[in-house]
Amino acid sequence: MSEGTLYDKVWDRHRVATLPTGQDQLFVGLHLVHEVTSPQAFGMIAERDMDVAYPERTHATVDHIVPTDNRDRPFADDAAEEMLSELEENVRDAGIEFSHTDTGDQGIVHVVGPEQGLTQPGMTVVCGDSHTATHGAFGALAFGIGTTQIRDVLASGTVAMEKSKVRQIRVEGELGDGVSAKDVILEIIRKLGVEGGVGYVYEYAGSAVESLSMEGRMSLCNMSIEGGARAGYVNPDETTYDWLRETDAFADDPEKFAELKPYWEGIRSDEDAEYDDVVTIDADSLEPMVTWGTTPAHGVGVTQPIPEPEDCHSPETARAAQEHVGVSPGDTMEGYPVDVAFLGSCTNARLRDLRAAAEVIRGRTVPDDVRALCVPGSQRVQAAAEREGLDEVFKDAGFEWREPGCSMCLAMNDDTLEGDEVCASSSNRNFVGRQGSKEGRTILMNPRMVAAAAVTGEVTDVRTLPEVKTA
Amino acid sequence: MSDDGPAETVREVAGTGIPVRGDDVDTDQIIPARFLKVVTFDGLGQFAFFDQRFANPSADETDVGEGPIEADTPLDHPFNDDRFEGANVLVVNSNFGCGSSREHAPQALMRWGIDAIVGESFADIFAGNCLGLGIPTVTASHEDIVALQDWIDENPDGEIDVNVADETITYDDTTVEGNVDDAQHTALVDGVWDTTALLTANADAVEETAKSLPYTEYDD
Repeated sequence: MSEGTLYDKVWDRHRVATLPTGQDQLFVGLHLVHEVTSPQAFGMIAERDMDVAYPERTHATVDHIVPTDNRDRPFADDAAEEMLSELEENVRDAGIEFSHTDTGDQGIVHVVGPEQGLTQPGMTVVCGDSHTATHGAFGALAFGIGTTQIRDVLASGTVAMEKSKVRQIRVEGELGDGVSAKDVILEIIRKLGVEGGVGYVYEYAGSAVESLSMEGRMSLCNMSIEGGARAGYVNPDETTYDWLRETDAFADDPEKFAELKPYWEGIRSDEDAEYDDVVTIDADSLEPMVTWGTTPAHGVGVTQPIPEPEDCHSPETARAAQEHVGVSPGDTMEGYPVDVAFLGSCTNARLRDLRAAAEVIRGRTVPDDVRALCVPGSQRVQAAAEREGLDEVFKDAGFEWREPGCSMCLAMNDDTLEGDEVCASSSNRNFVGRQGSKEGRTILMNPRMVAAAAVTGEVTDVRTLPEVKTA
Repeated sequence: MSDDGPAETVREVAGTGIPVRGDDVDTDQIIPARFLKVVTFDGLGQFAFFDQRFANPSADETDVGEGPIEADTPLDHPFNDDRFEGANVLVVNSNFGCGSSREHAPQALMRWGIDAIVGESFADIFAGNCLGLGIPTVTASHEDIVALQDWIDENPDGEIDVNVADETITYDDTTVEGNVDDAQHTALVDGVWDTTALLTANADAVEETAKSLPYTEYDD
């Protein structure tokens, strides 16, 4: 049993009661709501004649189904229109704040929470979305939940949960050029497997994690679920506080910031905290990672050989994956042709991600046979990028510059792969069919690698791209 | 089941089995994202494993409640196999239900007719979602699961008894040890898996906790 970790401390502060099932009832500090997993939950509480217990601790946005091109209402897609209308009605009736498309604040739920300062250290955060772990980057306990649990949270402001074990993952050393948080998490999942984290939450620590920006920490925590861990977090520190100071929550309220800081400091894992498991990752040896298969554990350094299925966590899955993607053990992924480049998703569509990609594509051109999309994570990210002129960099190179949403990460809108297209993607899942075509193939990678693939039309080690001579 | 009344107990599930083989079956496989564009869970049963079941799956959310359309060419899949019609015990391998938290996945399985799932292991969120629906997720060893899957293939009409209370799975003359996580065991066997009632009953204590947190602003 872990002791003295951030997880233990935040859990204890939020525990309301122990239920007859042995589960704990936890108070929810922030409930984020989007249009896909919430309508049934609102329906269930209405059926029971219940109201939303804590609307002021609830925040909504629309991201999964929203078009990223033409957003005139009604949407061209009737189903999408119906889902948004339902959400509009639900949040209006309940008095829930809504970062709608006309507010300038809309975006992917896991981009919106952190940028508005809704997500804070030492909070419990839940959302009907498995990538809720993202918010752990701030030292929050953040879990994805199902619709029945959303019903519980709406009705009671609490959730029933069993305590997990805590595994500390120490990433020690320094990340090399072109290597990012995305590569760290892909390496962690490669090493521990997609099932390795089941029953655990991950505490990310070590010098390489401490050096990460908040955006990097969010990418890292975001994919905890891909390793089977329901949550992942980083202890809050000055990097966290620097981010928070600029957010809506504290920019005009330094007193509140000062008041809360001792709490944030206090919930950090103790020096002598006890963990159920500790794993160490060597940051120095990492290179940009790419996936060769159909689970996020199927990652490999871009210059490294694709493994034999027998050497993978599930040889049968690996064999089928290599057949689906059309790759052979011993080969590298370098030079694998791509049809689509997707820069977006809750993993990698924040301002720093866009800047990193823009740096690579500046002065280069996307070949005619490659379709490249940049989908900013939120309207705020989009606006900030436009202020810096990044939109022009992307458009000049031949990228489509879109409106914010989940887009081609899960292809619930019109942004989908066609047939057996190959997508170099900054998203989080390379499952068969994930991007909208069951023959489609997804290669996960960091934003700079996506940019490199976009301009070369193949998987390319971004570190080897020759410099562009600018006039 | 009624959404309102007292929670039922789920002490055991008996019926015939259906094996779906493979590790790491993610919820995108169980229900592709395009079928999530709905505001109720009604009619999702038809679309369980849809893209594995049809070669040219053209059906989308507009067909929910309607079923496969003619252009969809059926493939070899247990959910298309007449021998398993009416089965209610799904038998799977390891890390079943990984990926997206979509409750649409267990909802689709439940609405197809699944009442219990037996497997080598389950993803956390998926198992939690199943519990919320009163569907037990019972684990057993790799060897026992594979043997059970093989037996079902040979005996599609054979009766399987998933005993949640005793944590056993019985078929033919064989009884194997299963494992049901403690909270799930209590919830299903004692009938306390309708958590909303439990949680709202503690409203005063919830308010106390809310007030005690440094980041909230509630007046006493």
